[in-house]
Amino acid sequence: MAYALQQLINGLTLGAMYGLIAIGYTMVYGIIGMINFAHGDIFMVSAFIAITAFTLLAAADVTSIPLALTFVLIVAIFFTSAYGWAVERTAYRPLRGSTRLAPLISAIGMSIFLQNAVQLTQGARVKPIPPVIEGGVVLWDAPGFTVQIGWSQLLIIVTTVVLMIAFTWMITQTPFGRQQRACEQDRTMASLLGVNVDRTISFTFMLGAALAAVAGVMVTVYYGVVDFFIGFLAGIKAFTAAVLGGIGSLPGAMLGGLLIGLIEAFWAAYLWAEYKDVATFGILCLVLMLRPSGLLGRPEVEKV
Amino acid sequence: MSTLLSVRNLTMRFGGLTAIDDLSLEVPAGRITGIIGPNGAGKTTLFNCLTGFYKPTVGTLRLAHPQHGEMRLEKLPSHRVARDAQVVRTFQNIRLFPKMTVLENLIVAQHNVLQRASRFSIAGLFSLPGYRQAERAAVARAATWLERLQLTRFADHAAGDLPYGTQRRIEIARALCVDPVLLCLDEPAAGLNPRESAELNELLLYLCREQGVAILLIEHDMSVVMNVSDHICVINYGRKIAEGAPDAVKNDPHVIKAYLGEDEEEGVMEEYTEERAS
Repeated sequence: MAYALQQLINGLTLGAMYGLIAIGYTMVYGIIGMINFAHGDIFMVSAFIAITAFTLLAAADVTSIPLALTFVLIVAIFFTSAYGWAVERTAYRPLRGSTRLAPLISAIGMSIFLQNAVQLTQGARVKPIPPVIEGGVVLWDAPGFTVQIGWSQLLIIVTTVVLMIAFTWMITQTPFGRQQRACEQDRTMASLLGVNVDRTISFTFMLGAALAAVAGVMVTVYYGVVDFFIGFLAGIKAFTAAVLGGIGSLPGAMLGGLLIGLIEAFWAAYLWAEYKDVATFGILCLVLMLRPSGLLGRPEVEKV
Repeated sequence: MSTLLSVRNLTMRFGGLTAIDDLSLEVPAGRITGIIGPNGAGKTTLFNCLTGFYKPTVGTLRLAHPQHGEMRLEKLPSHRVARDAQVVRTFQNIRLFPKMTVLENLIVAQHNVLQRASRFSIAGLFSLPGYRQAERAAVARAATWLERLQLTRFADHAAGDLPYGTQRRIEIARALCVDPVLLCLDEPAAGLNPRESAELNELLLYLCREQGVAILLIEHDMSVVMNVSDHICVINYGRKIAEGAPDAVKNDPHVIKAYLGEDEEEGVMEEYTEERAS
């Protein structure tokens, strides 16, 4: 029981991060109908930006943790958004209006490019940082097992919840959100009503990248290590989360992320830890076979 | 009667197909100009050129905008045609944002005003007074048009779930929220029943006479075109074959030939019109 509770906490933490990345996939799919396979690598880049920022702060002798975290978050969000913007501008926008497959291939190319660029500039080794946030609270001191939630876990869960609420509000209530949804439903019509579609798409990429940046900072704080390849696996898992929740659906991405995190944690705890990735990809296969529209996605009805 | 839009030598080719062939026409301010012609004559292509969706192969589209002076529509990207030139169109097959409410559909059309007031979402995020005021004004404008088009009770319905005739009216209401100087309607009466198209007639006349909106109207329903247009331009194979007042056009031999073929008796158009009206 205590063990299961601990897995629940671990799964939620993991799920929160997947959810944040999954939103980037689902939003981009919603607005231009492509899977941005470079999104996982944008997340990886943000983790490196976070490490660099932490190292700089350490060099500057900043010891206040809240101050350091805020600074790192701002820096990471700023630079990662710039990356998101640049990727869209260089790799996808020139291909808009060509076949559906073209931007997809361009995305895979961009993903390989980002991985190699980081490998070349940062090295292929794993980069560690000393733990930023240590300790936690003991929730339950059961016989034989202690359930505890780390401060870093609490930080991740709380930040994610706050961001999701803010984000939902932004999409449903603000002019930008309305514009974004309009482009999602009918890009041509939106532009004929005066909506600058190119700018809206750029902004969508930047927003997705900003959320991935938060996840990148979280990962750095939580695990303390990054390497140039983390984007691949995290990206594919977040993509699975987006598909599970229903690609194109924002609440779906959040729910899917959470479920994937929980499934992975419980699978690793009770079945085989070394095969935990199999669980995720098994789900991807099952969803694609049995319910391609996902849990919250609406099936596309083809009108005849 | 000043000219609002002047189309000069417009040609649009798609590979080997010439959809519009050296077409010139004038759209007067504050009047309803009907555009008729058989299927495939190039009417919708003309609209697509006007709204920046296609770039014309040859030709100029000059708009004498009452505030901003002369604008060249063929040089503007489509979002600026709506935003700066205030030329807006509707579609033959309705294109609402189906998952948004009717009110939201109308607010999207005013998003440029809101976007400016929201200072790129910053003021919107904290809902500062300036933004709240702009938002209230946008809702008020939307409400006015909803009221005028008898749509108020649908304001909070998802646009995609409403009946066809209602969606048509919503599309027109949404276009009006852009505050157009030129409103291009592509077959607004298609799929409407006789009562609905009579209401449409009344609405078009109101917009033009009371609101001073110039209307460019593509329509197959002769009971609408012949009754509301001040001026009609007939297109066939991308060329203008006749133009003038409704009565003159109705009896023009070129027009009858284009619609009915060579051997038909004269006056069939007239009969057709009467049949539709009754």
